[in-house]
Amino acid sequence: MSCWDTLADYGLRSIGIGERLLPRSDFTLCQQVVLIGSGMIWNIYFGLVALVSGFLLATAVALGKASGHRVIRKLSEWFIFVFRGSPLFIQFFFAYFGFQSLKSVSSVFDAFSAAWLGALIVLFLNTAAYSGEIFYGALRSVPKGDAEAADAYGLSGWSRFRRIIWPTMLRLAWPAYTNEAIFLFHATTLVYFSGFPAWQQRGDALYYANYFADKTFNPFVPYPILAGYFILLTLTVVSVFGLINRRLNRHLPQEQRLRMRFRPNLIR
Amino acid sequence: MPTRARGTAIFSFCTDPSTLSDAAWLGCYLTTGKHMALYWSFGTVLLLLAITAPTALAFGFGGAAAARSRFLPLRWFGQAYIAIVRGVPDIAFFLFFVIALDQAFEYIRHRIKCPDWDQPVRQGNDFVVCAEAKLPLGNAAQWIHETYGFFLAVLTFSIVFGAFAANVLYGAMRAVPHAQLETAEAYGMTPRQTFRRVLVPQMWVYALPGLSNLWMVLIKATPLLFLLGVEDIVYWARELGGSKTPRFTDYPHGDWRMWYFFALLVFYLCFTRVSEIVLERLMVKLTYGQATLGGESQRKAAA
Repeated sequence: MSCWDTLADYGLRSIGIGERLLPRSDFTLCQQVVLIGSGMIWNIYFGLVALVSGFLLATAVALGKASGHRVIRKLSEWFIFVFRGSPLFIQFFFAYFGFQSLKSVSSVFDAFSAAWLGALIVLFLNTAAYSGEIFYGALRSVPKGDAEAADAYGLSGWSRFRRIIWPTMLRLAWPAYTNEAIFLFHATTLVYFSGFPAWQQRGDALYYANYFADKTFNPFVPYPILAGYFILLTLTVVSVFGLINRRLNRHLPQEQRLRMRFRPNLIR
Repeated sequence: MPTRARGTAIFSFCTDPSTLSDAAWLGCYLTTGKHMALYWSFGTVLLLLAITAPTALAFGFGGAAAARSRFLPLRWFGQAYIAIVRGVPDIAFFLFFVIALDQAFEYIRHRIKCPDWDQPVRQGNDFVVCAEAKLPLGNAAQWIHETYGFFLAVLTFSIVFGAFAANVLYGAMRAVPHAQLETAEAYGMTPRQTFRRVLVPQMWVYALPGLSNLWMVLIKATPLLFLLGVEDIVYWARELGGSKTPRFTDYPHGDWRMWYFFALLVFYLCFTRVSEIVLERLMVKLTYGQATLGGESQRKAAA
């Protein structure tokens, strides 16, 4: 079987298109590359959707933590504390078993114990908490002069936030937020190891890499392939965020622009 | 016919749980032998932290020193060690190193103990070493297997977190003012003396914020022990929380795994909160009298 056939059979295996049966023996390098790559679809899906939806909640949480209203502030602080203070792995487990119990209450919750929705919700809340803290820090370091200038121009309320505070907050938070995005993509690999079942063996990249490592008892092939994919993904995230960073800083003189620093490490 | 697993009860009134009131039932339930194993596994987590933190620090120190080395291959090795672990999900490293280290150890023992073995070690999908090279030996006791598994887990954690620590320490070494090193050189110290007497004592203040962040991350990484095959708190929470029928236990209940994981969540929240407070105090202590902004504001506040 040529590598093209393998690609046609297994290229979209992780979303249920193509050959149903996974290879069971005599694994070729091509099969491993294709299947692990196919699993990356899930990593990208989880990362992208959680990132975009989490961004909105994060902004709200950051504003809430900076708010003068006591109840809103406390709620935001607790939200951030709970999700940043506990391991993501445990959050996944708790959410999965929580959704399982809710299933018996109402059939509305049926979809929640599937990874595509349940794990996504956890990732969404988790990244909202981490980015919320980053945005809150940036919000507090918005220069006083910017806000005063906005007042002097007669801007207030929503337009003051939308045109002055928010862009500056994003600009200041962007390098840290880039790291958060990279963590988030790395964290998506935990999904299928934390209770959420891979229905019909449709898993993410690490799920397939682990499958091959278990079957061949040789970790030296699948995990480096996975590493290669993730380095590519990380580089893509860094360059996309770098472009946005350039746009956010386009009004500044060249030497004042915040340099992007590539410092991904650390898990939650 | 299945026999009921009747552990030794701690309280004397626990002999027949079906007759008990709710509170007493819960008291008996939470002190069964298996629950004691759960409580001990919290000790496993703490033990892992206690061993891993210093080991990872040592690995990190070695990595950072290597990345600064004047010997080119060593420098490359140090920098590659720092760089690779950062770009790839660390859970992949956890899964990788556990098998890779195990096979590396067995392979080395295989080469030493069975020099006249003529078959290849990798045969198709199997990894075959001679019986004497097996780790642990096939006839070893259960606790040896468990200890070996735990040892592998500690080593894996140390390698991965060593890379993170190396990253922090490498940055801290570069943050030490260059004039300090030049002064040391002017006094005629060799590079080795400069490193030991000037650079290392001064870098810790710069490293502490990064290291305390690392400690928090290390705490939150401990549930991954479960993936490495150690019977840790996650293992027991899944084990004990699942629904139990009266056929096999004195304490039948439904699916309580959600509540067990809720308890773990609370445990971790408390643990990270306490660590945060302690590290904050430590930072206040270390900045006392330092020529930094933090030290300056402490001085002003006291005056």
